[in-house]
Amino acid sequence: MAMSHGHEHEHPGEHGAPLSDLQLRVKALESLLVDKGLVDPAALDALIDTYETKVGPRNGARVVARAWVDPAFKRRLLEDGTATVAEFGFVGRQTDKLVVLENTPKVHNMVVCTLCSCYPWAVLGLPPVWYKSAPYRSRAVLDPRGVLKEFGLTLPEDVEIRVWDSTAEVRYMVLPERPPGTDGMSEDALAALVARDAMIGTATVTPPAGQGRR
Amino acid sequence: MNGVHDMGGMHGLGPVVPEKDEPVFHHEWERRAFALTVATGFLGKWNLDMGRFAREQMPPAEYLATSYYEHWLWGLEKLLEDKGLVTRAEIDARVTGRSSAPGPAARPAPEGLRVLHASNVERVLRHGRNARVDAQVPPRFRQGEHVVTRNINPPGHTRLPRYARAKRGVIAEDHGVWVFPDAHAAEEGPRPQHCYSVCFMAREIWGPQAAERDRIYIDLFDDYLDPA
Repeated sequence: MAMSHGHEHEHPGEHGAPLSDLQLRVKALESLLVDKGLVDPAALDALIDTYETKVGPRNGARVVARAWVDPAFKRRLLEDGTATVAEFGFVGRQTDKLVVLENTPKVHNMVVCTLCSCYPWAVLGLPPVWYKSAPYRSRAVLDPRGVLKEFGLTLPEDVEIRVWDSTAEVRYMVLPERPPGTDGMSEDALAALVARDAMIGTATVTPPAGQGRR
Repeated sequence: MNGVHDMGGMHGLGPVVPEKDEPVFHHEWERRAFALTVATGFLGKWNLDMGRFAREQMPPAEYLATSYYEHWLWGLEKLLEDKGLVTRAEIDARVTGRSSAPGPAARPAPEGLRVLHASNVERVLRHGRNARVDAQVPPRFRQGEHVVTRNINPPGHTRLPRYARAKRGVIAEDHGVWVFPDAHAAEEGPRPQHCYSVCFMAREIWGPQAAERDRIYIDLFDDYLDPA
């Protein structure tokens, strides 16, 4: 089967552009499904647009920044992530249950799905390739400290690591620690500091430039 | 099934290589394969667990040699074929140009199928499909109770990873009542039951090489657990 090659031969496409085996196969499948009335191509465009432009880690970053500036919000977020995040009205696929895990100086949480690649789409968008890859899925549970080192993060021995394997329909997002030197920053400015990996738990949030690293 | 998808605890699969400024999709075919999979999921011919089980049945050498969206594409073709909607021969014929002529006007969908239209995309993404069940099912365990996972090796779909079988843990939280994936993937109905966050000491699972204080939390269903 053409798609099983794992590499892409180049073929001339109908407009002269090269098309890979996979491109040809997916195009063929889409045209068949459209002809059979099973798929509306405009719905495919809308799905792609949603995940390329409307849903992504900026959503999660807004939640994190709000939690950093509003203690009552943070309390509700940790108690009931699903309902509290729903207040933002994100368009991403709704999760039945979202649990937000708070990182502290003594506890570091990180999230994996060893069996497939379950991920909190509504707050983080679609997962990065490394999250879906065999190296991460195999060793996040076995050697979390080694995996974190590959991300450039070395945690002290006395920090407890909690790895969350997303084996059911519950989805997890990490609330990273607020970095020092951010007092008085606006919620928007704080959100801009929060990168995706910090909400998966494979990074911490770096202080703004000029504040030095911890 | 004890498949290669069940990767927790394996060695030798290489270092984790994050990509800087990674795009959401790397190729146009990934965009379309993603959207085709999500859209056809709403037809009502299969559920989320059947979708996962289909991908797990990709031959293991092929699974390891291919990317995530190739797994999705393989699983989608399998589901379409299993449900009699499209055959792989039909796809092959289009790929090789034996049937490349655009069909006549698109036919209406067969009776009883829910085709996802563009105007409904936002609504279905907001409300989605629910794996959570409102049924009143009594929990078998309470928070704080000690449990041991069952040593099961079903040939079908399961969400009890191999690395966590016959291990002792503690119920950290009761997530409520959910569809049971093992039954759902086999089209045996939802068999609703409680799912719990179960806390395992890393050393219980990996032995003395694990850090003493580290823990692994796994979401597990009543049918995976016994009292310890």
